[in-house]
Amino acid sequence: MKNKSLVSIHDITKDDYEKLMNLAEKFESNPRQKILENIVVATLFFEPSTRTRLSFESAASQLGAKVIGFSDAATSSVKKGESLKDTILTVSNYCDVIIMRHPLEGSARFASEISPVPVINAGDGANQHPTQCLLDLYSIRKTQKKLDNLQIAFVGDLKYGRTVHSLVIALTNYNATFHLVSPGELKLPSSVKRYIKEKNLEYFQYTEMEEVIPKLDILYMTRIQQERFADSLEYERVKNAYVLKNKMLENAKKNLKVMHPLPRVNEITEDVDSNPKAYYFNQAKNGVFVRQAILASILSVETDN
Amino acid sequence: MAKQNRKVQKVNLNIPGSERKELKVSAIENGTVIDHIPPQSVFQVIRILNLENITNQIMIGTNLDSQKFGKKGIIKVSNKYFESEEINKIALVAPSATLIVIKDYTVVYKAKVEIPDTIRKIVRCINPNCITNHEKIPTRFTVIDKADLQLQCHYCEKITRKSVINFI
Repeated sequence: MKNKSLVSIHDITKDDYEKLMNLAEKFESNPRQKILENIVVATLFFEPSTRTRLSFESAASQLGAKVIGFSDAATSSVKKGESLKDTILTVSNYCDVIIMRHPLEGSARFASEISPVPVINAGDGANQHPTQCLLDLYSIRKTQKKLDNLQIAFVGDLKYGRTVHSLVIALTNYNATFHLVSPGELKLPSSVKRYIKEKNLEYFQYTEMEEVIPKLDILYMTRIQQERFADSLEYERVKNAYVLKNKMLENAKKNLKVMHPLPRVNEITEDVDSNPKAYYFNQAKNGVFVRQAILASILSVETDN
Repeated sequence: MAKQNRKVQKVNLNIPGSERKELKVSAIENGTVIDHIPPQSVFQVIRILNLENITNQIMIGTNLDSQKFGKKGIIKVSNKYFESEEINKIALVAPSATLIVIKDYTVVYKAKVEIPDTIRKIVRCINPNCITNHEKIPTRFTVIDKADLQLQCHYCEKITRKSVINFI
């Protein structure tokens, strides 16, 4: 991945996933090493995403890099009407790598094509968020000690959730069985199911989550957003139907882990947090190591250990 | 393989008060003929090939009788030859079209147009939230299904289907 941009999960192979996860393991055992001391990382957040930005900035800072950037388009020249092209061509003069989040889909691909420095996509609208996908894979591998042949459920908004789309596509490389739990209007789109079908993998669709929990190795929860519903009554009905409560985990397999890309609103009740099966905060922590691995690979630096 | 193309098309002119006369429009000497265009797509083909902005002689016929298709359109452009990538763009609107290259009144090449693997510049992305609909970026699509015509945007990765294709 030396000097290459990371825009979409489609840009990297299964072999790349493995290399990045192995490298992330090294960073997990030794996250503070000054291997990026002469590096300037720019974080260009054209829309706010505090969690993702802090995770990247923490990853870069712990490796000794300097971080520059903006956290909201309102505080940058974008507000004055500057084009994305001009922003990228200007900022690329100031840094060794650009990490960008942008509300428009395809913006990161475009930036990577015009930028002389590599671009890491930290989310382009509803399209791609490859580092989230890699940290999810890393979290699954870490908790299950393998990635092959797992029973994985995705619950909530499977139609618009880009995290779900990328992770489903990545997991088709590992012979997963998919349990897709969503209201009828938020089912996984056929453009994503295509990947499951191409590999002849099994998938099952449900509208209720309780029956599926005892079968699972991973339960991946997502937030259902109100703006997806034209009818607010419909939203209220659906919102409460996809809430995970601690007692629902009683018959779960021992190795089950509950994941969530965060932020959570009410789809996992707080009594789940103290259950050892709850993994979402560890998942967020893993994000730092995975992003360290991505930065080190792109900038082609060796780890200390 | 080369075939003589000295066919002459006859056009009837009914001029009142005069005898019925025939104006003979001969085939082009050199250039490109695009035949078997569905009549409703003739003007789209003209736009896609940017024929509005060239100075060559162009003959356009539409709603002509065709044995194969019932009605058809035809466009003849003198002294112009197209790159295959360029001409194949018209396959999006006229999949039945035939490309004929004429040199010295002789057919030197004849083939059906083919849907290309990549489509650049001529189609708008269906996704209103795609960067190509907000900044001055030439669009680019990969054709992921030629039979059922599905175009995947190189930028936002969304799929534009045949029924909703919108030309720039």
